[in-house]
Amino acid sequence: MASHSVLDELKRTQILELLEQGKRVDGRALDEARELSIEINAIPKANGSARIRLGDTEVVCGVKIQPDRPFPDTGDKGLFICTAELLPLSHPTVETGPPQPPVIELARVTDRGIRESHMIDVSQLVIEKDKSVIGVFADNVVVDYDGNLFDACSYAATAALLTSKTPKWNWTDEKPVLSEGEEGQLPINTIPVSVTMGKIGNYIVVDPNGDEWASMDARVTITTDSDGNICALQKGGNDGFTLDEIVKCGETSIKVGAQIREKLKSSSQENQ
Amino acid sequence: MGGRDATMVLLDENGIRCDGRKIDEPRRIMIKAGGLKNADGSAYIEFGDNKILVGVFGPRDVHPKHMSNTDTGILRVRYHMEPFSVGERKNPAPSRREIEISKVIKEALEPAVMLEKFPRTAVDVFIEILQADGGTRCAALTAASVALADAGIPMRDMVAAIASGKVADTIILDVNNEEDQAGQADMPIGYMPSEEKITLLQLDGVLTPEEYKKCVEVGVEGCKLVYDLQKKALHDKYFGEKAD
Repeated sequence: MASHSVLDELKRTQILELLEQGKRVDGRALDEARELSIEINAIPKANGSARIRLGDTEVVCGVKIQPDRPFPDTGDKGLFICTAELLPLSHPTVETGPPQPPVIELARVTDRGIRESHMIDVSQLVIEKDKSVIGVFADNVVVDYDGNLFDACSYAATAALLTSKTPKWNWTDEKPVLSEGEEGQLPINTIPVSVTMGKIGNYIVVDPNGDEWASMDARVTITTDSDGNICALQKGGNDGFTLDEIVKCGETSIKVGAQIREKLKSSSQENQ
Repeated sequence: MGGRDATMVLLDENGIRCDGRKIDEPRRIMIKAGGLKNADGSAYIEFGDNKILVGVFGPRDVHPKHMSNTDTGILRVRYHMEPFSVGERKNPAPSRREIEISKVIKEALEPAVMLEKFPRTAVDVFIEILQADGGTRCAALTAASVALADAGIPMRDMVAAIASGKVADTIILDVNNEEDQAGQADMPIGYMPSEEKITLLQLDGVLTPEEYKKCVEVGVEGCKLVYDLQKKALHDKYFGEKAD
């Protein structure tokens, strides 16, 4: 996302020197995520929304819920679509225009983590089978960049979905008609939490910040659900992991994920 | 893409899968090194019903020039599906899925290719999916490694790839299209056996921590099987009876 510069090279040297002493540039432990602050319902015109900061990375997610046509082969299921976009104001190197491969990956990985966990029970989002279903669209926009957009977008979308209010529609005269004044919660099965780990030299750090992100050799994003199962994973970056490292990353994602899940849960309950 | 039979049994009581394989048995794999005249290196793979052709060019000049790097060569990968490669005609323009897979394969190959030996140049890998049947990214990555070796590009190792997964609560090797659509988890893995490094890893589906560990291990073992076939393909071309 942010481009690589001479400054990043110098920072990498410093980051590695610190890691050799078991320290990180911002003083965190290797398996410690940054402070996560969540503001629920930041966009009142959306059906659900959240503005979150993960360290200095800031993401706004708005959820829109509206009737839609089902996909031809899944007439008995509602739609869930999650996107992510990097706004030009988030970093000096971000340009307008069609999304570049890293942003496409970001959007797809964010969507996959939530989708594969079956967080939203889409089978309950049917207005009239094969004709009309409820579509849930969670759109993330990155407004400030300091590394690890994968987790920031995932937390923003999850927080927004947990607190979304869905309108009700009835099937009348072959079309969905809004039932005024009726509102409900989305059918939620589980709370997915993604945890991204960066590999810098031989060290693995949780939730890399912008400087660490620019210095890392490889990364892996692992999403876990409320039962502590692993439900999605994406490796990236131009180096690899050993089998042992990947197994350890799985364990870390469950441990760190549980802490963040509590945070997401408590902030959504405060806003019910 | 659509399964062949909606009521199909993914795993029967004897541990036999919907296409007759055992749980740890990969599909039929045929790899051929070379084959294209104009490419600097090429490979063709048939992996079950997947048919994939890979051509490699370079190291060569970078266009556009601003993409070049004075410290190292760059690797560019395009994964592309033909409109006729799947059940319903696919729009030939690159989809978001194809763009992501191109990036994932590029990042899986980068640890293997010694790009630092060719500053200011590019190595282009073109992957064409002629027929798709589940597991194209793994088959494509496997063939791309062979094509890079065939082009004589210095490499630390070849990347071998295969998917492990979970159907009917059982961890299996080499997920086919039906198992991908109806199964519980799909985990494509790319692995460099002599470097012992996992360079591609993705997962769709739910696994317990124990299943997760088993799934990675089964995948890594599968990659070693694929690796032997990659070496055999190169051996057949350069040291085989019909070598020219």
